[in-house]
Amino acid sequence: MKKVFERPKSLTKDPFTYCPGCHHGIAHRLVAEALDDFGVREKTIGVCPVGCSVFAYVFFDCDMICAAHGRAPAVATGIKKSKPDSIVFTYQGDGDLASIGTAEIVHAANRGENITVIFINNAIYGMTGGQMAPTTLVGQVTQTSPYGRDPKTMGYPIKVAEMLSTLKGVAYISRVALSKPAYILKAKKAIKKAFQTQVEGKGFSLVEVLSTCPTNWGLSPIEANKWLEENMIPYFPLGEFKTPEEVS
Amino acid sequence: MGEKILMKGNEAIGEAAIRAGCRFYFGYPITPQSELTAYMAKKLLKMEDAAFVQAESEIAAINMVYGAAATGVRTMTSSSSPGISLKQEGISYIACAELPCVIVNMQRGGPGLGSIQPGQADYFQATKGGGHGDYHLIVLAPSSVQELVDLTMNAFDLADKYTNPVMILGDGLIGQMMEAVEFKERKKISLPDKERWALTGCKGREKNYIVPFNLDPYEMEKTNFKIQKKYNELKEKEVRYETINLDNADLIVVAYGTVARIIKTVIDNAKKEGINIGLIRPITLFPFPDKIIAETSEKINKFLVVEMSLGQMVEDVKLAVNGRVEVNFYGRVGGVIPTQSEILNEIKKYLK
Amino acid sequence: MLERIIISGFGGQGVMLMGRLLAYAGMIEGKKVAWMPSYGPEMRGGTANCTVLISSNEIGSPIVSHPKILIAMNQPSLDKFEPNVSENGLIVLNDSLIEREVKRNDVKVIRIPADDIANKLGNSRVANMVVLGAYVKKSGVVKLETIFKVLEKTLTGPKQKLIDINKEALKLGAEIVKE
Repeated sequence: MKKVFERPKSLTKDPFTYCPGCHHGIAHRLVAEALDDFGVREKTIGVCPVGCSVFAYVFFDCDMICAAHGRAPAVATGIKKSKPDSIVFTYQGDGDLASIGTAEIVHAANRGENITVIFINNAIYGMTGGQMAPTTLVGQVTQTSPYGRDPKTMGYPIKVAEMLSTLKGVAYISRVALSKPAYILKAKKAIKKAFQTQVEGKGFSLVEVLSTCPTNWGLSPIEANKWLEENMIPYFPLGEFKTPEEVS
Repeated sequence: MGEKILMKGNEAIGEAAIRAGCRFYFGYPITPQSELTAYMAKKLLKMEDAAFVQAESEIAAINMVYGAAATGVRTMTSSSSPGISLKQEGISYIACAELPCVIVNMQRGGPGLGSIQPGQADYFQATKGGGHGDYHLIVLAPSSVQELVDLTMNAFDLADKYTNPVMILGDGLIGQMMEAVEFKERKKISLPDKERWALTGCKGREKNYIVPFNLDPYEMEKTNFKIQKKYNELKEKEVRYETINLDNADLIVVAYGTVARIIKTVIDNAKKEGINIGLIRPITLFPFPDKIIAETSEKINKFLVVEMSLGQMVEDVKLAVNGRVEVNFYGRVGGVIPTQSEILNEIKKYLK
Repeated sequence: MLERIIISGFGGQGVMLMGRLLAYAGMIEGKKVAWMPSYGPEMRGGTANCTVLISSNEIGSPIVSHPKILIAMNQPSLDKFEPNVSENGLIVLNDSLIEREVKRNDVKVIRIPADDIANKLGNSRVANMVVLGAYVKKSGVVKLETIFKVLEKTLTGPKQKLIDINKEALKLGAEIVKE
């Protein structure tokens, strides 16, 4: 019988422990498939963040390290510099990457570090229980914006993909979503392209993945997907912002 | 035997580190240690299989060290007091992950932005952990440029042997000073294999992972106990100090680093006035040489601790002496270096 | 033997180099040496100074509050350090830039028209070597030939062409104190 679906080699057999409807599982799988596609699992070193995906080290079947909150791009820099032949990726949430780790991501991108960053943007802090993230939408209610995010005092949500694509050292940036199969197929392509960028030594690559957090959004998984499409995508448009072809 | 060369302390550390096999340096400019960062840039950027990164911040620099150390290479960062404060988060992670690396602190006057002149007021931070959680660095306190060289080389071995970060705790004076140094041939020592934990890609083995956390408190407690065992071993095996004139001394001075040098001149000058002073100079600040201090306090009942702080190492001396004799203190801070004459005057007060 | 020397002047007058040459020469001659710069904002254009210790024994404190020798390349340096020079000490000063007399009468003073001599040599930047030559000759702390050796060791590459004029300046300085 022909096998049509199997677990990627780059994932362990441990079942995901993420909440129902959370997109981490899909994102993990897409990363693992890309590692499998390039046959690089055995030379990959992944860096997990502080946040729900701190447990990514359990699920990826490759060498893994956990960084301090926001510091994954600096840790990845140290790894890549000392093991230039390895494939290095960070997996970071929005609080990690776009708040406490802003300096690290901007400068790793600006140095053109030949690493791949998977940036999970779900517009909220998950692990700490639903506080405002730098990507929380205007008006969105969280524990620390209980009356809705007010841009007058809390600023506007940061568009990471757009911001980083202004940097000359960056080779590949795209924004994808995981709320429906068509998007997931596109996301798979984008993540593969990001790793390809690294495999070919072309420089810094980042995929911003719009994701749900049903638990902290207070929605069912299906409602969460709908909310993402109706509220996040209009503000965080999908697509490629920079490709290696544009890099001279 | 190498040739004697005249070298600035900061540059001598760089050369010693490279000779000890350090090829990966991550740093950020700060006075009075910037020459070290510049030296590493000059050398490492021209070497094969080596890297130098001027990081965007001290925080990034220590985390780059964390990443590089995780792959099993010899790596280092350096800074001065305010910058070392910024590194504390990363240092705590590295200590918890039990990774080897070397951190240099060329201390300046504090607190806050402080001054850029020499200080020793980071003693607590260096020896008691510095960041969050129960951990210690191995802390080495050189008092000459030659010792800076020898201890830097040694630091990498100690880091590998104990899989623990090692701090070289100097100050602006020793970093800026030039003295004659010799890079001696080093004995090869056998060190534990890094392969069992280093992140090198999982080809032909199970994956390795480095995670400085455990959400199960009982498991996290075990991690603490494991690290603690290492500290006890350090206390047994790695304590180092220098003593001068302990027999027949009228008074014992305990001082480290730059201040200990000044005390050596004080000892010579005091002798001319018929005063016998002894010196205990801790070379390892952690593990602290408490036994020799305790033993000496059985014989000599006057102790003076001199520091460029308002009283930090004196607490460890008091713990070692354990109330047997009175321990006095003299300190200057903010970048002020105590002079030999003011120290001698202080000593005379206690000898009346 | 323990020489405690402070060398002070404007940033750019080459006082740090004077100190390093002295320390290096002392080391070659088998003595214990230490060189300490003043560091910080001073080195970016204000007055700069360094301390040099040359000793037959191990050097303890590298801090010199009362130098036996002060080499003052400009007036602010003389103003700053004159009161600290130890009794029977020596002040070597750059007469070209210091008009006033030394106030102390318990120290020896040598005045060297360093900039004037350097200008005659066609390079005002070797005024420091004129003064260094005078001090080395007067004190005998190291041999002038050893300083030459250090120059040959340290001035390499494109700087090699500066060796001769520096030696010339050192010699002219040495001749002044011979007279």
